[in-house]
Amino acid sequence: MSEPRPSVNPPLGLLAELTHRCPLHCAYCSNPVQLVPAADELDTGQWRSVLDQARQLGVLQVHLSGGEPMSRRDLPALVEHAHALGCYVNLVTSGLSLTDATATELVAAGLDHVQLSIQDADARLADVIAGVRAHERKVAAAAVVRRLGLPLTVNAVLHRGNLDHVGAIVDLAERMGADRLELANTQFYGWALRNRAALLPTAAQLRAADVVVRAATERLAGQMEIAYVYSDYHERRPKPCMNGWGSRQLTVAPNGDVLPCPAAGSIEGLALENVRTRTLADIWYDSSSFNAYRGTGWMREPCRSCAFRDVDLGGCRCQAFLLTGDAANTDPVCSLSPHREVVDRVLSEQTALVPPPSVPRRMPAARNGGAS
Amino acid sequence: MTTPDSSPAAAALPGTAVPRLRRGVRLSFDPTRDSYVLLYPEGVLLPNETAAAVLGRCDGGADVATIVASLAEDFDGVDAAQVSELLRRLVRRRLVEIVENTEPGEAVRGDE
Repeated sequence: MSEPRPSVNPPLGLLAELTHRCPLHCAYCSNPVQLVPAADELDTGQWRSVLDQARQLGVLQVHLSGGEPMSRRDLPALVEHAHALGCYVNLVTSGLSLTDATATELVAAGLDHVQLSIQDADARLADVIAGVRAHERKVAAAAVVRRLGLPLTVNAVLHRGNLDHVGAIVDLAERMGADRLELANTQFYGWALRNRAALLPTAAQLRAADVVVRAATERLAGQMEIAYVYSDYHERRPKPCMNGWGSRQLTVAPNGDVLPCPAAGSIEGLALENVRTRTLADIWYDSSSFNAYRGTGWMREPCRSCAFRDVDLGGCRCQAFLLTGDAANTDPVCSLSPHREVVDRVLSEQTALVPPPSVPRRMPAARNGGAS
Repeated sequence: MTTPDSSPAAAALPGTAVPRLRRGVRLSFDPTRDSYVLLYPEGVLLPNETAAAVLGRCDGGADVATIVASLAEDFDGVDAAQVSELLRRLVRRRLVEIVENTEPGEAVRGDE
């Protein structure tokens, strides 16, 4: 039986990772090192059921993501289903398949908003990061979104190789007609963590970028909103990850695993539930994984008695696990963490030298010629 | 980064301003929460009953004065200044926009 606990609110958002297949090969990919093969993906009926259950549970925002969600032939059907349930439907895409025909079909199905990734401001550099000729198709995709009258968010993941071009990236997003621009410094999970030495920016780069981003934010106020995500290793306070564990959003992975945070699969010992064997409501309210780090009761010192406890919520559980081996520790990004030296060591070792080459992301043993 | 307080939208809205929900912003009712919800890219807002009543009248046709008059028909103690302030905040949060050609001081054409 799933009796809602009084302290647990229903979720507002569902991140539906429809597939891990993706035509891009970005070294900063935050998906797990071990990707879900196409054969293990939920089918259309199972995704419909996930959407039904999510809406019933209280979800109002559905982010259709991946991988590349447009790799799924049933994407228009899933958009239509989520829309009919009354959800606000976001498509998080590389844009490579977003043509007049496909976009028109998605808009007719009820798509509300598109979030389009770009890799850099310059086509040649961007295509090196993407590992495929993608940039010009993305620019064309943005034009299609504008023509169809949908709001457009452009998202650029920032790292050592493109952070110095952030001003040109802002200019490009402006030319693309974006309503919002997310400038997100790489967060180190999954594949990106493997490439940390290549991706981590220097403090000098970040200081310069900060000036550019502040000026652009002011110049474009009222026209294009800029959301800037900091490089948390360089900060003194951790991010309030997910606004709290199991607090507002849940993620369903391509194979049906239900995650309190997209990176939660990296925490060893966390017993993940799956939509094939348990209902979403049961998982949200009653599973050990969703209750493991809810609220502040799980905290140890220095979090437990900290004045910032309700501000940053102890930071990120996945990062605590990945860098200290225990997810219940304070996020080591925090200057009050006894493990802060781990982050400082990474910073001093990895941002002083010429970065090593990054390792592009590839689907293991491409089936049927791959996804592109 | 947050929008600085000195943003142009910080000025009070005149009664002749015509507000509407921005592109991609949708007001709907959520039976699960028994509440109106304002849905927009990357976010959800749960407006109280008064705010929902104001938002429901932001149709791109009615000006602020008309919205206030309409609210007064359904609610007691409607305060024009409070409605204007609420709309100003919504404009600053980029959920509501003022329809072009009705900038402060410009007359609204009464061709309805």
